[in-house]
Amino acid sequence: MSEVELLSVSKLYGNKQPYIIKNLSVTIESGEFFVIVGPSGCGKSTLLRMIAGLEDISEGVLRIGGEMANHWSPSQRDISMVFQNYALYPHLNVRENIIFGLRVKKISHEEREKRLLEACEMLNLTDYLNRKPRELSGGQRQRVALARAIVSQSPICLMDEPLSNLDAKLRAHMRSEIRKIQRQFGTTMIYVTHDQVEAMTMGDRMMILNQGEIQQIGRPIDIYNHPANTFVASFIGSPQMNMCEAYYDGTSQELRINNDLKLTMALPKLKTSTYIIGLRPEYIHIPQPNNSNQTTVQVVINHVELLGNDTLFSFQVNDQQWTAKWNGQWLFEPGDKISIALDADAICVFDKGTRQLVHSSIKQDHDELQKGVLA
Amino acid sequence: MMAIKRGSLYVVLILIALLLFFPIIYAFLVSFMSTKEVLMGHLIPKSFSLTNYIDAFQALPLLHSLINSMLVSIITTIGQIIVCSLAAYAFVFIEFRGRQFLFFLFVSTMMIPWEASIIPNFVTVQKLGWINHYAALTIPFFATAFGTFLLRQHFKTIPKELHEASRMAGLGHLTFFLKVVMPVSKTSLVTLGIYCFLTTWNSYLWPLLVTTDERSRTAQIGLRQLHAQENVTQWGVVMAGVVIVAIPTLLVLFLGQKHLQKGLMDGAVK
Repeated sequence: MSEVELLSVSKLYGNKQPYIIKNLSVTIESGEFFVIVGPSGCGKSTLLRMIAGLEDISEGVLRIGGEMANHWSPSQRDISMVFQNYALYPHLNVRENIIFGLRVKKISHEEREKRLLEACEMLNLTDYLNRKPRELSGGQRQRVALARAIVSQSPICLMDEPLSNLDAKLRAHMRSEIRKIQRQFGTTMIYVTHDQVEAMTMGDRMMILNQGEIQQIGRPIDIYNHPANTFVASFIGSPQMNMCEAYYDGTSQELRINNDLKLTMALPKLKTSTYIIGLRPEYIHIPQPNNSNQTTVQVVINHVELLGNDTLFSFQVNDQQWTAKWNGQWLFEPGDKISIALDADAICVFDKGTRQLVHSSIKQDHDELQKGVLA
Repeated sequence: MMAIKRGSLYVVLILIALLLFFPIIYAFLVSFMSTKEVLMGHLIPKSFSLTNYIDAFQALPLLHSLINSMLVSIITTIGQIIVCSLAAYAFVFIEFRGRQFLFFLFVSTMMIPWEASIIPNFVTVQKLGWINHYAALTIPFFATAFGTFLLRQHFKTIPKELHEASRMAGLGHLTFFLKVVMPVSKTSLVTLGIYCFLTTWNSYLWPLLVTTDERSRTAQIGLRQLHAQENVTQWGVVMAGVVIVAIPTLLVLFLGQKHLQKGLMDGAVK
């Protein structure tokens, strides 16, 4: 009923190039939590505003609930939206701010009060109903903005980086809160963020956007394991995926990163050529004694970050800075020479020219493992 | 050391304040003096008698002209706020081709002195048959470039997300204007209102031109007549009239000041 469908949608201002959004097609299912993620200026907010009806659609078709909606006014689309800076009415108190839209829609007094109470209890706002926005903290304002979206009971809700002004602790709390509310109401949620933690943890599916073009759409975990190209690989994951050029020799089945570092692995689909390889920091391991399957190499540490539960350290591979993530506390000093082991199974290989993924093999057996753990 | 510094600062401030305030204080004192006393150059009246005030009301229809002034000022203020805020709204929230150019043109009329256009304006008003009517005193001042400019600058500080949120809630332009823009811009509206009220209240040349009979004249012209009608000007009576005419001005300033609160926009965003 409330799915949102974009067919070859483009956006440009006036007739001027370049495209802000270029030929973008995606279907967001009813009741889905769909995250749009990308770096600043990639067009994600513009896309959201096009769905909201605040920006014209230059080319293509927008369908809401199966009907062509290009020329519907924002209010006809029956969409609620939470803005990045909340957009609360400064002259109205919390109560009036929340029910402002309901008044416009001529919803009865009893119904208004009922929804207000419900939303305020859910978000712990009951004590602040008579306060003005300026008397609230950032987190409280954010919750008022959220309550305003909830009481409208629109089937589709858009959020434009709603958590970016909150501190880390509150952000973590609100992440789960928003997810919970979305599940409870079965809202179709379209959520824009540049924060990849939000993207990874909240979405049923996510779309990665760069320079107005789709890079990849899929389940967050699939995107993490099988990034479609080098952009996605470096954008998703923190610390980001280590990458460098490597030469694959088909006859000796060897992936040569440099003279010291060679991985033996069979990549039957690949020709002998230079590729870009990627390896996530958590797949650089502590060498295990007496394991002949692992590829170990000596590196010189040039930077260490102790996180308490994990230790991050970086070292140079060819012209690239690589980072490894080891569990536990490792008191390394810059300049220390240590041995590390690379997990060849976890390497992603990208074409050097197109930068598209040509090989990845990570954890296809993950589902099997999970079945073993589940009681 | 601090006390001396502070003390001397206050002495200087008081002196300057007295210097600036002297004409008003003197006018106030003269309003209690007899003509003889004034001509003798006294600074302090012998007794504070109200005879001059009574004379001022009797010599002229001062009360009537005060009512005229009040009505004209109030109508002009309300009219100007309505017209200018609507114009400013269009310049900020409605996108149309040539908006920037039109606004520039609009504002550039501020560079033409009012006196330069006084003759065409007079002819227009005369042709409309508005001489001696409130219409002539009020309507020409409804649309001002200054008022539009002032309000536009304030409207521009309203986050565009507020407009977008209102659009998504289904508010039309008029409801958004009335329910959000106007309440949020209270400070600027009060500023413009006070400014407009005082300018109209104190205007002299235009009311003199477009009114010819006593019944439609404003207080400022009444004062002028108070001055000229007598052979020997009774300065005491004139000053009594001046003090009376100045009272509403002061009242507007004092009452308005209370409403000139700042920080009304706090909390809208972030």
